[in-house]
Amino acid sequence: MTAPWTADEEPQVYAVERSGDLVHVRQAIRALAQRCGLSLVDQTKMITAASELARNTLTYGGGGTVRAGLVSANSRRGVGAVFEDTGPGIPDVEQAMTDGWTSGGGLGLGLSGAKRLVDDFRLRTAPGEGTAVTIIKWAR
Amino acid sequence: MSDRIPILRIGDILVVSVQFDLEDQTVLNLQEDLADQIVAKSAQGVIIDISALEIVDSFVGRMLATVAAISRVLDARTVVVGMRPAVAITLVELGLSLGGVSTALDLEKGLAKLSRSTSTGPR
Repeated sequence: MTAPWTADEEPQVYAVERSGDLVHVRQAIRALAQRCGLSLVDQTKMITAASELARNTLTYGGGGTVRAGLVSANSRRGVGAVFEDTGPGIPDVEQAMTDGWTSGGGLGLGLSGAKRLVDDFRLRTAPGEGTAVTIIKWAR
Repeated sequence: MSDRIPILRIGDILVVSVQFDLEDQTVLNLQEDLADQIVAKSAQGVIIDISALEIVDSFVGRMLATVAAISRVLDARTVVVGMRPAVAITLVELGLSLGGVSTALDLEKGLAKLSRSTSTGPR
């Protein structure tokens, strides 16, 4: 479930250990989105969603990784990214997905906002075992 | 690394042009530097040009809102100028409508907005 890759190349893995890494994640997603031929608005949405989720990985998950690459399904192409950490997990997913709810002093828009910006959004988490969020934006 | 973004001054207005994707620390530095400079230069207005920014996430969005609030408390007004259409669409969909942040389409319109507001009596 955390591996949507069906395209012909392996996803790249990016570390998310310090706030400077967020810049690299955004650059990587931008490069993929351009190669995939996403529209300018869709590129912007995908990069922004990735920035929100990578910051969550850092702030709430205590760091982790982003795997990102091109994906394809039903003759569509898209950009996929998986944000994984081995942090405390999310005890109440429904609450965490609510606009404005935050446990970390942010605006509480990260998860819910990122979900609105992408086409596919899957969240897997267990208390004490970490969190994995998979997002995909398909080219139209 | 903690880069600092130069703050320019034109009369009693401070102008900041964000030219590259910002690290979080750089964003926080800018927030503090602007507060300092508003007081040090007795600035009446602040213009933040984000026309070069390809994305504005909730972190940068919050900084813009915070700078607007800080400047208001320090008797100055902030105008954010040059937001790209794709960025505006994304910000609103993300759930960040930047209420309380004054905006203008470009630097010229931003300056006009500030001079209007500083010359028409009490703010």
